[in-house]
This record gives sequence, C-alpha cells and structure tokens, in this order.
Amino acid sequence: MIALHIHGLSRKYGEKWGLRPLDADIEAGDFLTLLGPNGAGKSTLLKLLSLQMKPSAGSISCDGEPLRDLGEKYRARIGVISHQPFLYDGLSALENLSFYASLYGISKPRARAIELLKRVDMNKRMHDPVRSYSRGMLQRTSIARALLNKPDFIFLDEPYTGLDRQATYMLTEILQEQVQRKATIVLVTHDLSLGYMLADKLMILSKGECKYFGDKAFTTDTDLERRYLELVRDEHA
Amino acid sequence: MNMPKSNFISQTLAIFKKDIQLELKTKEIISSMLLFSMLVVVVFSFLFEPGNIEQAGIAGGVYWMALIFAGLLGLGKSMQAEINGGNLEALLLSPISRNAIFYGKLLSNIAFLLCIQLIMLPLFVVLYDTNLVSHISMLAVILGTTYAFSLLGTLFSLMAARSSTREILLPILLLPMLVPVILGAIQATNGALFQDAVSTYAVWIRLIVVYDVVFTAIASLLFEVVVEE
Repeated sequence: MIALHIHGLSRKYGEKWGLRPLDADIEAGDFLTLLGPNGAGKSTLLKLLSLQMKPSAGSISCDGEPLRDLGEKYRARIGVISHQPFLYDGLSALENLSFYASLYGISKPRARAIELLKRVDMNKRMHDPVRSYSRGMLQRTSIARALLNKPDFIFLDEPYTGLDRQATYMLTEILQEQVQRKATIVLVTHDLSLGYMLADKLMILSKGECKYFGDKAFTTDTDLERRYLELVRDEHA
Repeated sequence: MNMPKSNFISQTLAIFKKDIQLELKTKEIISSMLLFSMLVVVVFSFLFEPGNIEQAGIAGGVYWMALIFAGLLGLGKSMQAEINGGNLEALLLSPISRNAIFYGKLLSNIAFLLCIQLIMLPLFVVLYDTNLVSHISMLAVILGTTYAFSLLGTLFSLMAARSSTREILLPILLLPMLVPVILGAIQATNGALFQDAVSTYAVWIRLIVVYDVVFTAIASLLFEVVVEE
C-alpha cells in the first residue's frame, strides 16, 4: 500500500535547484535510506516530507490526500529528528518531553516521557537541564522526543551524529522496533553500510537529482560504495 | 497512531505554562527587563528636582518608554528561547493550531510585562511623586497598552524569528505600528498625573481599546499565513 505518493516534487533556492522534479512512491512500512553527497538535496526532501518546507512545484499525498490539506492530521502522525535537538535548554529532558507530549494530546504526558527517556537510557539525567547535556545525550533525548506520539512516519536527518558506540547500537535497535510496528522510516545518512543494512529501499541523490530509487538489491553491501560513487561522480567532477 | 486530540485552549495553556516554567528556571527575561526599565525610570528621575511641574509633563512618557524598550528586550529573549535548538520549528511540526502558538506566546509576554509593572509602578510613584495608582482609569490604560504591545510584539517577533537581522527588524516593524497606542497611553497617563477629569482623556483610552480590538482580529488572521511562509 502506497503511504506517500510524491509527484513532480521540486524545490528551488533562488535560481538554484535544491531538489529537481521527483516522482516516487513510498509504501507503508518501508525503510528508505537517502544517500548522497553534501548539498545533494537529502535534507530538502526530508523537510518537504515533514512539512517543514513548501515545495516550489509538485505535491506529496498521504493515503491519497495532499499533505497540505491534511495539516494537523499528518503532523500528528510524524516524528522528526533533525540537526537541531528541538529541546528548550533551560528545561530538563523530562520537562521538555512532557511539554511536547501534552501538545500531542497524550493523556499521561509525564508517564510517556519517562517511558521513552528510560528507553534511550536518559532516565538518570532526566531532571538535569538540557544545557548540561553532551551532544550524544542531546541526540538521545531528541530521539525520545520524536517517538512520543508513536509516529507512523519517522524522518531522521543524520541521527547517528554524536552518538557513541552503545548509543548507535541502541538507536539501530529502536529503529528496528519501529520497523516491526510497521512505521514508515526515511533516513538520511552518510554512512553507506549502515544505511544499506537498515534499508528496504535506497534513494541516491546528487545535485538535487534522483540518480537511483528502488530496491536495495540493485547492489550488494560490498559493492555499494563503488556503485554509489559511479552514480554521484558528476558531483565530484 | 491516533492520539486523543488536544483542544485549542489546552494547547495555548501548555505553551504559556512552558514559558512560565522556563522563566522560573532561567529568570532571563524578567531580570533583564526589570533592570533596564528601572534604570530608565531612575536615571530620568535625576533630571528634575522633586515637585518640579515639568517632571509631571514627561513622567507618562518616561514610564511608557521604559516599559516599551524593556518589552523589546523581553520579546527578543522570549523568541531566542524558541529559536535556540529549533523549538519554533518543533512547535510548527506539532499537531496544534498555529493560533495556539501565537496566543500561548502572547499570554506569556503579557504576564512578563505585567510582572515588571508590578515592581516598576511603585518605584515610579515614589521617584516621580505621583498618585498614579489612585486612578482606576490607569488600570485600563496599563492593561490596554500592555495587551497592544504584547499582541503586535508577539506577532512581529515570530515574523522576524527566521531573519538573521531579527534584533533590528523587530523594533523597526513594531514601533511605527505602535505609535497610536503609545501616544494614547502617554496622553492618558499625563491626564491622570495632572488630575484632569477622566472625560478629558477618555478619548485616548477609547483609542487604545479600539486598537486592541482591531489588531486582535488582524493578528489572528495574519499569524497562520505568516508562519506558514
């Protein structure tokens, strides 16, 4: 079943293409990894999918309805991990998550916040102000925040940045749990082997243009880097 | 997952509560606003000898200028908390009404300004030897002007939030728009200070009330469009 239908979607920054017209269908429960060099359009696509940005042309529809019409209904179903933590640094992790949980209409926001902070091993520091956290701790808290509403769609922009080995393993485990509960996941990463390992589908972007979109079976784990460099070689020319 | 939908009032109150909670912990907004406004009131009080009739003539202006510039400082700090860490983006990603964000921020900005005035007003009465607090009409002026400043201040600070020149953009956008209400507030305050009959300056209070009503409607309509862009 097609969950997200992307039709002629593009985004321009002035005269420069951030994303060239793109057509793609993402099925419910898909794990899509977006790969590409810096400035390829990965984050732009992620922002368009999460309504953080308006397209210059084209549309995205969810279960047959345009995202713009769905508005709040769609936002209630998504979780986003961005380059920014989306946390108030003067508040503790627990206060931050309880606040965001209340915005999602969760009936016991504090209990849900504690549950997720335990899941990301932040329960021991959950009363400390966020400004005292390390990069990795911020990222863990940010992951917990994104999962508050048990989202159907999870959009992650380089979520492994700043995570130590243990936290990397934990995030991978969390993502696999989300796959098991049939969440649709779109992951942006520069780690080719990790992206390949997690994905059902790959999209390779270069200079805002989609060079490949489809099943990851088009290449093998060991051959991925060579195929990837072939597809994006113009970028380095 | 289908969540029980939170309503507009609970969303607005959640944002208001969060701002108050944040301020109680950091004390960044109130302390900077209070320090600035008290400095202005104290420094200007040195310009005139006690009882000087000219002092009463400028006292209304000093009070509102101190409050408005302290308010600009507060608006900047309040918005900074939303910009740091991408929180404004996170609020916009949440399944809540855009107007709930606006009214939540508006309520907290009003609360901060009223807190400042609770401390500033007695100091002002002592330093300027006025009996301002004895005029019930001043309550309407204070509430109406505080509301007008917070209303447009919240709107413009959210509009300017994504601009790299927001610190300068906010006063440039806000102050010209506030001219009628500042003028009304100063005239009404001076009227009260000179012990004039309320009927002589009631027109300024009416101006503030009309301004509040008109701009509440405009801001409600405009905010959603502004944040979507």
